[in-house]
Amino acid sequence: MTRNAIGVGLATGLYGISFGALAVTSGFSFAQAQVLSLGLFSGASQFAVVGIMGAGGGALAAIATSSLLGIRNGLYALSLARVLKLSGIKKVFASQITIDESTAMSVANVDDEELSRWAFWATGISVFVFWNIATAIGAIGASLITDPKSFGLDAAVGAAFLALLWPRLINKQIRYIALSAALLAIILIPVVRPGIPVLASVLIAVIIGLRNSGSK
Amino acid sequence: MDPRWVAVIASSVIAFALKFSGNVVPARYLEQPKIKSITSLVPIVMLAALVIVQTFATGQQLDFDARIAGLIFAIILLLFKAPFIVVVIGAAAIASLLRYFGLVN
Repeated sequence: MTRNAIGVGLATGLYGISFGALAVTSGFSFAQAQVLSLGLFSGASQFAVVGIMGAGGGALAAIATSSLLGIRNGLYALSLARVLKLSGIKKVFASQITIDESTAMSVANVDDEELSRWAFWATGISVFVFWNIATAIGAIGASLITDPKSFGLDAAVGAAFLALLWPRLINKQIRYIALSAALLAIILIPVVRPGIPVLASVLIAVIIGLRNSGSK
Repeated sequence: MDPRWVAVIASSVIAFALKFSGNVVPARYLEQPKIKSITSLVPIVMLAALVIVQTFATGQQLDFDARIAGLIFAIILLLFKAPFIVVVIGAAAIASLLRYFGLVN
């Protein structure tokens, strides 16, 4: 289990390098990139903040997008609470490392409560450590690059979001939902301010979500 | 204050508050089927919109440049189950090559 946790941490760390690099080439400082990895510590939200502001969006749009993406972590914490049985200061530390990876590893071992707890802590800590080291490496590396476009780094941001989305496209309905959000975004880009097309996509989640839960 | 710092700090604080609230709020408030159904879809729609915006938008303008080639190559790599870092570097490499040879913007 410890080896698995370190494996997940290393794999995640690798894309921490791309986060650090993209943050710096989007105009964020080394310190800002590092604080995002230490404090925000959630890949999709972090990429959203640097992607949106790098593309000319305002701070408010970046904060709103990041936060909407972060709601799921709150739900993870909620469903993990039964297994983790946290008290006091441990709640604070556990909260910070409640992310996709630590939740997935804990849930995968749910039959054995002890192991499930261990998987959560080991994976969360391992990802936190590697993710932050990798961010620093990526940010330092990218600060040596003078023309990010010539390295295709602007193309890397869209690819990063697609790679985060890909494993979630588990059935036909979800693929259609993603497609309609994509269509809405492309229609809205020329007519609203940068950052708004992404926020507007949440409307689709609300409409379909209400319909789905109503029909059950 | 640099708007980037505002975004960095505010988004970090809110992210922590969201995670922490899951540990202190009674489950019944958030586990209603409506809320669960919506929140499970939020990352899907936002990530899809982010893909589009980062690939086609330059400010409020729709641009068709090397980023599209990068995205298409990323799709191919994902279909072949390539890991995250390979997808990201692959997309950058294609865009970079096409620009180097002056084939696209």
